[in-house]
Amino acid sequence: MDGLILQILNGLDKGSAYALIALGLTLIFGTLGVVNFAHGALFMIGAFCAVTLQRILNLGFVDEGATSSSVGGFSFGGAQETPYVEHWFGEAVGGTIIDWSVPLAILFAIPVMMLVGIAMERGLIKHFYKRPHADQILVTFGLAIVLQEVVKFYFGANPIPTPAPDAFTGSFDFGVLIGYDPFTIVYPYWRLVYFVFAMVIIAAVFGFLQFTTFGMVVRAGMADRETVGLLGIDIDKRFTIMFAIAACVAGLAGVMYTPINSPNYHMGMDFLVLSFVVVVVGGMGSLPGAVLAGFLLGILESFASMAEVIDIVPGINQIIIYLVAIVILLTRPRGLMGRKGVMEE
Amino acid sequence: MTDQTTDTRMDATRPRASAAHKSSGLLGLTGKDLGLFIIVALLTILAPFILNPFPEGSALAQFNGGYPDLMQRFVIFGIFAIGFNILFGLTGYLSFGHAAFLGVGSYAAIWMMKLLTLNVIPAIIMSIVFAGIFALVVGYISLRRSGIYFSILTLAFAQMSYALAYSVLTPITGGETGLQLKATDTPLLSNLGPTEIGRANFFGVDMRASYEMAIGDWLFTFNAGYYIAAVFMLLSFYLAIRLFRSPFGMMLRAVKSNQQRMNYTGLNSRPYTLAAFVISGMYAGLAGGLMVAMDTQVGPERMFWTASGEVVLMTILGGAGTLIGPVLGAGMIKYMENIVSKINDGILHQWFAFMPDGIEDFLVFVIHPFIGKGWHLTLGLLFMLVVIFLPGGLVEGGQRIASVFRRKETKTSTVEKSAAEQQQHSE
Repeated sequence: MDGLILQILNGLDKGSAYALIALGLTLIFGTLGVVNFAHGALFMIGAFCAVTLQRILNLGFVDEGATSSSVGGFSFGGAQETPYVEHWFGEAVGGTIIDWSVPLAILFAIPVMMLVGIAMERGLIKHFYKRPHADQILVTFGLAIVLQEVVKFYFGANPIPTPAPDAFTGSFDFGVLIGYDPFTIVYPYWRLVYFVFAMVIIAAVFGFLQFTTFGMVVRAGMADRETVGLLGIDIDKRFTIMFAIAACVAGLAGVMYTPINSPNYHMGMDFLVLSFVVVVVGGMGSLPGAVLAGFLLGILESFASMAEVIDIVPGINQIIIYLVAIVILLTRPRGLMGRKGVMEE
Repeated sequence: MTDQTTDTRMDATRPRASAAHKSSGLLGLTGKDLGLFIIVALLTILAPFILNPFPEGSALAQFNGGYPDLMQRFVIFGIFAIGFNILFGLTGYLSFGHAAFLGVGSYAAIWMMKLLTLNVIPAIIMSIVFAGIFALVVGYISLRRSGIYFSILTLAFAQMSYALAYSVLTPITGGETGLQLKATDTPLLSNLGPTEIGRANFFGVDMRASYEMAIGDWLFTFNAGYYIAAVFMLLSFYLAIRLFRSPFGMMLRAVKSNQQRMNYTGLNSRPYTLAAFVISGMYAGLAGGLMVAMDTQVGPERMFWTASGEVVLMTILGGAGTLIGPVLGAGMIKYMENIVSKINDGILHQWFAFMPDGIEDFLVFVIHPFIGKGWHLTLGLLFMLVVIFLPGGLVEGGQRIASVFRRKETKTSTVEKSAAEQQQHSE
């Protein structure tokens, strides 16, 4: 039993990442009708926003006065570099800011991702609305390669460690809370944070669509773009903003994911395939479906990687998601919660 | 939309015309196709000369692509892309999992070499057979859906094969390290010494055997493996031409232009698309088998989905739906992969040495991200440009350039004609 709970918990953080990426992907598909193969690249750009901020915060100058690590006139590693942040705000506050660079990167990533999203939609995707889905896939696939290579050029090919704040580094003994022995169900704090963060973002997106006038117009546009246009509403502009929001969601998912897995340039491609599978399982164009399928597949994947399951069906942990996708596509092509007639033949 | 309909109309008239002349042409090809085939055949046969235009030791020698390894890649990936084009170019079904068939073909070939004989022919036959069977299974299931669902289904199958080859199927696939010919392998029909590592051969001709010819400063290499692969390439190219011009090819084009209408007329199009899928899977298997024949090793990364993406890039870059496009695209990407990736800053400095220092450094700085390890960036940009501006690929680009020249000629010869043409254009 404790094993099962542990697997559910383990599935949650991966599921959160799937859900967030798939949410943005299906938002783009539902509004603009575009299949965006560059969405994984947006996730990666978000992650590298965190890396960039970390580097900016650690920018420093060599302090001539302080030679802290010299023993008997022999200094280790030369002069100490003091980050500007510590110089300006004092060591304690500055150190905390550097320590909290990943959560702070959220603030940094939001405008960056908005700009990237708007530039992408206005600059490229706008011209592909009338072209077949295959062309959209191809051009965004090309864009994904380009973005990936640009990141590789500036940040190198190796994963870059971006630690979580010290306050969240440890693990959290979940088992004790529900009456198990200590150390049976331990769960890293940061994964809990990630899950909560994902829930907040998902709630924010749904709330935005459900309870604001802007969201109402967007939903109307998703249902019948032409009529909304005839009513004199500039739906294109709103959809552009929705694209930027979707890019933001993917980017923030990337920012917060960096302490779980050190970002590297191909993380976007790795997640892209899986998140497409998630969207398809949830139902093309269905937002709740994407979230539900994200969590379901995340948990299913972690169940499949239990030793007991692998003993019975070897290798199942590697293929379970694809297997589910194939079964769903063949038996219920509209996915778990997709509307009838959307992308069905 | 209008573009597409005129396209298909043009395509529709062409095969009918060829059908009427079928009996008259050599090898069953009509004039234009025969010309194309002969040109391709000449280019492949003379490739060691054509790809080595620069003398040995000159500054430009690094642009020589005429070494066996690269030439083999050209033809092998040419076969792969020709096969992919039969599916995507004709039916419009975009498969993102074709590398799986290439991988299956490779594994089948290397097992044939390990167990039966080091002759490449049985290995290649087995690779085609196994890839065909696998494609039949995958295609039968995947073709129940179309559009993006089809793409995702093929992607899922390919990723599954990759994951399984990497982990559970290790006894068959060698897992992460893959399979190589080893000294412990004793193929039944080949007489090997106890510690001898077998080498692939074609009825006794070693695949790595090369004849080098030096003319002045030039050095040309004629490699046995390359020519065997080239024969297979020409064969597959010929079959592809025949398939494109056949009634079956017409049927596949009809699937691309309007499948719904075909279904309404009471025709079940799935057997046709499935046949196209299996044929293109067999092409991929052949390419996989040839890869093993040239270099006797396989690894699971050959099946990873980015490898499937590569053949998509090749086909689109060259021109999907055209005969020669995929081969051009494959050649171009492999050339970039092997030649552009070798250019480094030092070489750039040499090239721009005649310029003032400031400009030289600036130019090197600008070009630097696009060369060497950054060749993928160049490829991605090129690919995006092609998808955006030239949906017909390089072939369409060539045709447009040719038509510009043709228009100029008519303008100079008869003013009236060009006026009529302009009128047509304005309409």
